[in-house]
Amino acid sequence: MSLRNCRNVKVLKVAPVGQQERPDEFYEITLEYPDWDEWRPGQFVMVRPVAWPLDLVWGRPFSIYTADETSLTVFIQKSGRGTARIAALRPGDEVAVWGPLGNSFAMEPDAPTLLLAGGIGIAPFRGYVERHPHPGNVRLFLAHRVPLECYPYDIIAADVCADCMLEKTSTDLQAIIDAMGGLIREYAEKGGLVLACGPTPFMRTVQRFAKEYGARAQVSLENRMGCGVGACLGCVTKDSAGHHVQVCTRGPVFWADKVEF
Amino acid sequence: MDMHVSFGGLNLKNPVMTASGTFGFGLEFAPYGDLKKLGGIVAKGLSLKPREGNPMPRIAETPCGMLNAIGIQNPGVEHFVTQILPSLPWRDVAVLANLYACDAAEFGELAGVLAAEEGVAALEVNVSCPNVKEGGVAFGQDPAQIARVTEAVKKRAGSKPVMVKLSPNVTDITVCARAAADGGADALSLINTLSGMAVDIRTRRPRIANVIAGLSGPAIKPVALRCVHQVVRSVDIPVVGIGGIASAEDALEFLLVGAQAVQVGTANFLRPDFAFNLVDQMEALLTEIGAKSLDEFRGSLQLPLA
Repeated sequence: MSLRNCRNVKVLKVAPVGQQERPDEFYEITLEYPDWDEWRPGQFVMVRPVAWPLDLVWGRPFSIYTADETSLTVFIQKSGRGTARIAALRPGDEVAVWGPLGNSFAMEPDAPTLLLAGGIGIAPFRGYVERHPHPGNVRLFLAHRVPLECYPYDIIAADVCADCMLEKTSTDLQAIIDAMGGLIREYAEKGGLVLACGPTPFMRTVQRFAKEYGARAQVSLENRMGCGVGACLGCVTKDSAGHHVQVCTRGPVFWADKVEF
Repeated sequence: MDMHVSFGGLNLKNPVMTASGTFGFGLEFAPYGDLKKLGGIVAKGLSLKPREGNPMPRIAETPCGMLNAIGIQNPGVEHFVTQILPSLPWRDVAVLANLYACDAAEFGELAGVLAAEEGVAALEVNVSCPNVKEGGVAFGQDPAQIARVTEAVKKRAGSKPVMVKLSPNVTDITVCARAAADGGADALSLINTLSGMAVDIRTRRPRIANVIAGLSGPAIKPVALRCVHQVVRSVDIPVVGIGGIASAEDALEFLLVGAQAVQVGTANFLRPDFAFNLVDQMEALLTEIGAKSLDEFRGSLQLPLA
């Protein structure tokens, strides 16, 4: 057991998700547990298959979707060469995994907590909901462009109050922004916690409303990463004083009023 | 096999060092291996004053390598010596400081600060800054400037060995190597990154905000090997090989052409325990190929008769 490590582990299971709607795009990849002492929702891992040739030199960062004493699962969407090859892994293949990396989302069991997910940004919230002692205090809002079946929405909605909005047109987008504004305002007024993960424009919207309504909000940033351990300085963002800080080690979760992106 | 190496005033327990800018200050990698196992750690580049570095995006993955234009983001030399160096296991592993400055006087001042530190085993000089006073050509591309900067560092370095890191972006790297040697360098390390670029036809933008960036990784290994081969034959001072090392075999290739030691850079991103594993793998491979000792193997490249 260790606090943080780099291990070669075997792929246990590769489960496609949402095949009817978007074949070959979303996958749950389950790996042998790398023997960590502990992990917290919001943290991430770097994954690089051992057999990868040197044409792709970096591992790929994925938030921890869920884990138990025997396995670790990441939820991935194919979006480039690296994720395509990771999706093509088969049980028994070996991957190097280093983690758990970065910090985690705030968890205040008694505080009303709003989870705002933009598309694949839903991934870390599966573990968050599983770990939350009082899921009755948690609510999920998912904004998505691809069909709902592609996301673990139902799994999360089985435990917490959840709703979702599909974006197909610019009118939909405005409705989503309005809904987010309403929700963030509501949670600001009741002194709750707002946690967000999604694409950059989505996070900027969260940051803007959090500032406007004075909400306590955290955003999880996902920059391109070379190393995941704070060394390459390729994933930096700016803190509120305008200084570059690594997303991988100082984040990926930042208080919305303490970061510029 | 005895993996210990001594050269240019440095004593390393093995020939594996980590390259500047790819291993943080070392502590970032402590969860993944025992820092004391390494031959040496070259800390990330230090300037006199803190630097914020370049805007994002700063890195891009390219076939068998990567581009970076970080811009020497660092907390400044004062922060390094007071806040970081004391927590590094420098009594048990050689910690080299990497110096970045934009004129000879500043280099000298930086060397003076670091020379006073017991925990610093040697100084590595990064000559990649464009010299504004001399028309923007990097120090590393002008032999006269390399000599001047080396002298300035050497003058303030006290008893610390001075290693000059050479750029491959020159017509003849042996001229630069001789200039550093003439300036008093105790050793050379090479190569730094190759100048490169990547663009995106969809967004019609460069992939790196700085536009021009440094290429590293396995893609540059043949260039690095050629440079080391040429330099060891043109100067009398020891050479440390750097460039695309991603296996024990790669590392031994640099020793075969005559490097005393190697630095591992981009491969630290392949997995964070890479450098630690390399120490054992190199020793095992030397035995496997029948090398009698490091000294016997080093520089034993059999060249065709002219």
